[in-house]
Amino acid sequence: MSAVAHDDAHHEQHPYWIKRWLFTTNHKDIGTLYLWLSLLMFFIGGIMALIVRTELFQPGLQFVDPQFFLSMTTMHALVMIFGVIMPGFVGLANWLIPMMIGAPDMALPRMNNWSFWILPFAFAMLLSTLFMDGGAPAAGWTMYAPLVLQTGAAFPFLVFSIHFMGLSSILGAINIIATILNMRAPGMTLMKMPLFVWTWLITAYLLIAVMPVLAGAVTMLLTDKYFGTSFFNAAGGGDPVLFQHVFWFFGHPEVYILILPSFGVISSIVPTFARKPLFGYASMVYATASIAFLSFIVWSHHMFTVGMPLAGLLFFMFATMLIAVPTGVKVFNWVATMWRGSLTFETPMLFAIAFIVLFTIGGFSGLMLAIVPADFQYQDTYFVVAHFHYVLVPGSIFALMAAVYYWLPKWTGHMYNERLGKWHFWLTTIFVNLTFFPMHFVGLAGMPRRIPDYALQFTEYNMIETIGAFGFGLSQLLFVYIVVQTIRGGEKATAQVWDGARGLEWTLPSPPPYHSFTTAPEVK
Amino acid sequence: MAHAQSQEHYYIPHGSHWPIIGSIGVATMMVGGATWLNGAEQGRIVLMIGAIITLSMVFGWFGTVIRESESGIYNDQVDRSFRWGMVWFIFSEVMFFGAFFGALYYARIWSMPWLGGEGAGVATQFFLWPGFEAMWPQTANGPAQIGGEFKVMEAWGIPAINTLILLSSGATVTWAHWGLKANKRAQLILGLILTIALGVLFISLQATEYVHAYHELNLTLESGIYGSTFFMLTGFHGLHVTLGAIMLTVILLRSILGHFTPEHHFGFEAVAWYWHFVDVVWLGLFIFVYWL
Repeated sequence: MSAVAHDDAHHEQHPYWIKRWLFTTNHKDIGTLYLWLSLLMFFIGGIMALIVRTELFQPGLQFVDPQFFLSMTTMHALVMIFGVIMPGFVGLANWLIPMMIGAPDMALPRMNNWSFWILPFAFAMLLSTLFMDGGAPAAGWTMYAPLVLQTGAAFPFLVFSIHFMGLSSILGAINIIATILNMRAPGMTLMKMPLFVWTWLITAYLLIAVMPVLAGAVTMLLTDKYFGTSFFNAAGGGDPVLFQHVFWFFGHPEVYILILPSFGVISSIVPTFARKPLFGYASMVYATASIAFLSFIVWSHHMFTVGMPLAGLLFFMFATMLIAVPTGVKVFNWVATMWRGSLTFETPMLFAIAFIVLFTIGGFSGLMLAIVPADFQYQDTYFVVAHFHYVLVPGSIFALMAAVYYWLPKWTGHMYNERLGKWHFWLTTIFVNLTFFPMHFVGLAGMPRRIPDYALQFTEYNMIETIGAFGFGLSQLLFVYIVVQTIRGGEKATAQVWDGARGLEWTLPSPPPYHSFTTAPEVK
Repeated sequence: MAHAQSQEHYYIPHGSHWPIIGSIGVATMMVGGATWLNGAEQGRIVLMIGAIITLSMVFGWFGTVIRESESGIYNDQVDRSFRWGMVWFIFSEVMFFGAFFGALYYARIWSMPWLGGEGAGVATQFFLWPGFEAMWPQTANGPAQIGGEFKVMEAWGIPAINTLILLSSGATVTWAHWGLKANKRAQLILGLILTIALGVLFISLQATEYVHAYHELNLTLESGIYGSTFFMLTGFHGLHVTLGAIMLTVILLRSILGHFTPEHHFGFEAVAWYWHFVDVVWLGLFIFVYWL
């Protein structure tokens, strides 16, 4: 590949095999790597979830020992959050942002390569803990001190792999911000940017703001365990609750890092299949910014039961409830976009509509959890598990799937099999609800989370959940089949792909050239 | 607003093997460090090998970028991308320090008074440590007096001198920048040498202070929450000053070699920004760790 790509003759050149994938500076290649990593980790994390569900099929201890059960819940969360949803959306950002803003590539292409190539090493380190003395980390993905300090040989590997993933996220986010702020085509003002670009701009800001805080938190864990510091040791003047504060100062913006790009995806898909422009573009932008701002002042709602002063409880309760306002604006706008639209229901649209309905359920249960006296009852029950799985699975994961169906024809130049896509959608949606909806009931009835055994009266619902989980997992094999089939061939996709699609990425041929826009398009 | 003028020729750097070498290097360091912490002495060797690989990556990668920059193939757009990259990198560093400052404020405002029986801490005190008096910093190694009795570092000795040194170094690096912009190379080089000298002086004084703390004050990393926050904050800051001094040295060598023009010298500016950031963090440390 030429050092300076000045003329069109060089655009389709790319080196092959190892040189292409290991040394690449191309946003599409790197995006592809991210998406494959995300898919692979989705199955690894999924197997962990199925081990958890298998144990919970019946009360009593039958398949795994409790320590391993807790390793599975911990590793499932770490893998799904850091290995599936985050890389999945960074993959989309890599593929789409340069095409959406009319740029040839990302702003810092070599750093982009490093952001990706950190991840396989970080996850190799994290997953290697499964084979270590004392087992994989089992104190929950939240790593609360002092429990997590009892982790065996896995402990420093856990801390360092989180440092490494954090580095990857920070570098990736810096790159995305630099791209959006610096690489837009002439005429592409901020308020003309597609909403996916806006949501990623704000997500990247959140990432840079909070990933270093997580790095700080796990560093304090490391020094408490090995170097005699007392950050989380009350006998030395510290406080175990301090860890929870630092962790959730990262953790709450983190959950918006996981969901904001989904909002961008849904805001791209709904107008296309409603054949109407997005309702309330500006309010969408302001709502996203408000959610990001609020995410910094609500973290303690994750720890209402630790014994905070009343003023703290009230502040964090009301601040949390405020988030419902901008989120409500978004849901309203999506519905208003569909209102009197000329709707069709291709697979991306089906996933998008399911997202709106099911994410809203997750939002409502979040509102319930925000109420302090109610939360005292819900804390550490399956109701919490139901809540965050509703926002993460039919939320973030559905948005990722919608995005793949929506842009896969653009990426590969082939249409996916619509019939199989619909099968995949319905199987996924039915099984996802079968898995997670009953968790609300057992949770309200008092079933605690992170315990491999439960009282007899919860048996039926748990059996249903396990059946749902296996159904959901198996349905995703169909997804892999559809994606591979589309890459290998199929009906040729036009540049426009969807007749209602608007935006610069649809002006490029399908598949797009190796360097997206060699001359910047004029945006009016 | 978008920038039309620079987009007639776009620039994409060619592929590079440095990122993957960086991943291998840092991962090797981490695995080595983790096995060492787990009690295997061989981990140190692995850690060293990883550090060497990582250093070679840093040299190789920056070397490539410097060569490309000097050959003039970077356009204005690349320059702006580097600027945004550096700005946001420094912001991430600010947030990293924020975590440790947050721990310090939390300990001083909440956890210590609670251990002393204030507010929500009544029961904790009554059942676990009756009679514990929370005083910052006198009893700030906690009710168990972890690390034993200690004395705190006096703010108006070495720390005040160090504040003066770092503030002066901020001035000298700006003076060097003026020299660069006016194409007065001697002023540039002298300014950089002064800045580096002040940086090294700062680090040496900091090291003296640590020796004093460990040997005469019994103030160690293990002195409860006081020692934890004191050494983690000043330690990470010292690490950043060291890094900044190394970066300044690279800039000095490049200046001697005739790199940079009055118009194009982002490498210099990035390091100067970093140096000012380290300076500002120190002011926070001086006020909240040493003085108040």
